[in-house]
Amino acid sequence: MENTYYNPADLKKFGNITELQPEMGRKFFDYYGEVFKEGALTEREKALIALAVSHAVQCPYCIDSYTSDCLEKGADENQMMEAVHVAAAIKGGAALVHGVQMMNKIKDLTM
Amino acid sequence: MPIPVKSLKAQQHQFANPAYQLEVLQHAGTEEGDFPHFGAKLQEHQLYPLQPTGTTILQVNVGKMCNQTCRHCHVDAGPDRKEIMTRATMQLCLDALAKSPQLTTVDLTGGAPEMNPDFRWFVEQLSGMGRQVIVRCNLTIILANPKYHDLPEFFKKHQVQVVSSLPYFSASRTDAQRGDGVFEKSIKALQMLNVVGYGQEGGGLELNLVYNPSGAFLPASQRSLEAEFKRRLLGAYGVVFNSLFCITNLPISRYLDYLIESGNYSSYMEKLVTAFNPEAAANVMCRNTISVGWDGALYDCDFNQMLELKVQPGTPQHIRDFDLGQLDQREIVLNQHCYGCTAGAGSSCGGSTT
Ligand code: SF4
Ligand code: SF4
Repeated sequence: MENTYYNPADLKKFGNITELQPEMGRKFFDYYGEVFKEGALTEREKALIALAVSHAVQCPYCIDSYTSDCLEKGADENQMMEAVHVAAAIKGGAALVHGVQMMNKIKDLTM
Repeated sequence: MPIPVKSLKAQQHQFANPAYQLEVLQHAGTEEGDFPHFGAKLQEHQLYPLQPTGTTILQVNVGKMCNQTCRHCHVDAGPDRKEIMTRATMQLCLDALAKSPQLTTVDLTGGAPEMNPDFRWFVEQLSGMGRQVIVRCNLTIILANPKYHDLPEFFKKHQVQVVSSLPYFSASRTDAQRGDGVFEKSIKALQMLNVVGYGQEGGGLELNLVYNPSGAFLPASQRSLEAEFKRRLLGAYGVVFNSLFCITNLPISRYLDYLIESGNYSSYMEKLVTAFNPEAAANVMCRNTISVGWDGALYDCDFNQMLELKVQPGTPQHIRDFDLGQLDQREIVLNQHCYGCTAGAGSSCGGSTT
């Protein structure tokens, strides 16, 4: 084990996960590749979604990858920051909407 | 990072020295070692030695003087560069063209080619010979001085194809690469070109834009970026153009300096090497283009010209000795910067190659 949990050099080794389970790993990467191909959404739109999700799941590997990918696909800084705000709004909203549950419970428990 | 106003040469910077650049390129690598030599990489794909497939384009660099000092410029051009092609050397180019009808296209580059005092004369002669003329126009030159304001009309008169850099459809990314205020002036110049009829679909006056990344990353698919550029430029500024050429930045001169200063050199080289595409390698532009320097020297491409790598010894070295038959038999001079032409969808002065 290393002294830190994350090492940027590990990102390049992602493909190595197939070493311990080749079939599932290969299927995952085939699927992954298919998902990011242009379809009903453009590659740029998919990269922006991936960037937003990377922030929501707080994965530094994904943030590294999809920041570069968004730039390469021609997204600009404004679009990228708006995508991060979408992630933040959903995460914040998801926390806050549970306030309704809390309020229901308060009602149950109080006079 | 602010854009320096002086060329590397005027700063007496070490990257103004081609031998030093080649030295740095030789030792590009990661912890695992240096990258394979480009020639060896071609050999794996039966493309070595690399030879022309038939040259049809003469690319003439008429001088290094420019009104801009873009951060990524592979020419190290700028207002302080005095190297400029004389009319006598232009005449030698015309003589070479006269005996080489296969060269149907003449691609004029610089610096800002329009700053050469004999630029208009040269274009008139070339169009008089019935050759397709391409001018790599940086757009801002059209507004730089009243004497350039009529360039759109002049281009139109000679049916010149205009190819212009616009690294992004927003000011921030464009100005970071090309200088403060360049985006706004470029848009004005594009509107002036549109007014005389450039960029209209089927109108015959071709206006193509060049996208090259403003940073240490590779360009995306040309088709998808072109659609985005068209939508944005039309929507925000009413600007139309024909095609977008995606060009990868090659790791030489000022772009090499940027890569090193920003700490991106190794990772960028690794990106280029990892993205090596044999199909793009088969289509590199040096297979159909010969490049002439401001002093008449011959090169395989404008990048080799800036690295002072002349065409293979034993073949004509100067435009006065031009012999297309002999030059088409040459072996192209390669080095590690060539990985920039073969990454991903490939890159040339006409954009992607696959
Ligand atoms: S990239 Fe073009 S416009 Fe910019 S400094 Fe170089 S020659 Fe001039
Ligand atoms: S850099 Fe020049 S010589 Fe090398 S592959 Fe590209 S066009 Fe050919």
